[in-house]
Amino acid sequence: MTTATMISTPITAHWRDFLALTKPRVMTLVVFTGLCGLLAAPGTIHPVLAFTAILCIALGAGSAASLNQWYEADIDAKMKRTANRPLPAGRMDRQSALHFGVGLSFFSVILMGMATNWLAAAVLAVSILFYVFIYTIWLKPRTAQNIVIGGAAGAFPPVIGWAAVTGDITAMPIALFMLIFFWTPPHFWALALFVKTDYAAAGIPMLPVVSGEVVTRRQIWFYTAIMAVAAMAPVLLRLTGPIYGTVALLGTALFAVFAFQVYRRRESDQTRMQPERRLFKYSILYLFLLFGAVVVDRWVMA
Amino acid sequence: MTPEEEDIIRARQKSRSLVTGLLLGFFVILFFAITLAKIGTSDTL
Repeated sequence: MTTATMISTPITAHWRDFLALTKPRVMTLVVFTGLCGLLAAPGTIHPVLAFTAILCIALGAGSAASLNQWYEADIDAKMKRTANRPLPAGRMDRQSALHFGVGLSFFSVILMGMATNWLAAAVLAVSILFYVFIYTIWLKPRTAQNIVIGGAAGAFPPVIGWAAVTGDITAMPIALFMLIFFWTPPHFWALALFVKTDYAAAGIPMLPVVSGEVVTRRQIWFYTAIMAVAAMAPVLLRLTGPIYGTVALLGTALFAVFAFQVYRRRESDQTRMQPERRLFKYSILYLFLLFGAVVVDRWVMA
Repeated sequence: MTPEEEDIIRARQKSRSLVTGLLLGFFVILFFAITLAKIGTSDTL
């Protein structure tokens, strides 16, 4: 860096760009699964503290997203989907994003600990550190299995929500963790099949690029099978009632049908990826349905 | 820096200050509410 650029006026970013840095759309699923973990947990929590716990999960996810974009600004610049984010588009300087992300992570963890308990705060801290260091910095640029392990970061919210109420982690939050963990590969690889060219241009080792589409389709099917076991585990362990059992059985069966269609296809034309798009879209609905059912089950059966 | 650029930056600084102020106000209320909630449940401690 030359002296001229170092002393140049820093970019005054718009506040909306700080909001964009937290990836509010990704946050909705995180907030939802965290809320479900909180609502499914036995025991009661003061509504203000419940609200604070969910807020902390959202802020924690926002901080992780900010730090992810701080680290990946050069990669984001190479992909059409991400090129307009605040950093690659030049609307914010990198240091602002770093300070914002670090500040937000500390704030969310400390607030969580003060408002609920330090186990929930510790799991929140682990999830942020996992996403930033294990996923973003270590695995993502190195292995095509990146999102398998990285998916764990997204699987923490229901555990945090649960722990905020009970102060412990039992079989049920672990089952919810496993469900999101094994859901992530089919969900993300379905997306990777139809946005493959973008990831290839940015040099991110996505499975379809590294191992080919046939392997990706097989892996989608493989992880769907494990996900199905995780989805049915709460039923088999008698942790939930018939409402979740029914929703999980039907929802997972439909997921398996869509995943099987993707598995059997041999299509590489990007414009003819309808089944892959369908699997991706359905996978989001699927997670909402199952987590919703966990809560409904608990409140109806209680 | 041209006067136009300066105007844009001033406008951004103003809106950022406003948002920061609103957020601070929100957290003041939230922390007060947390305190009340904590005091309310402290009989179990």
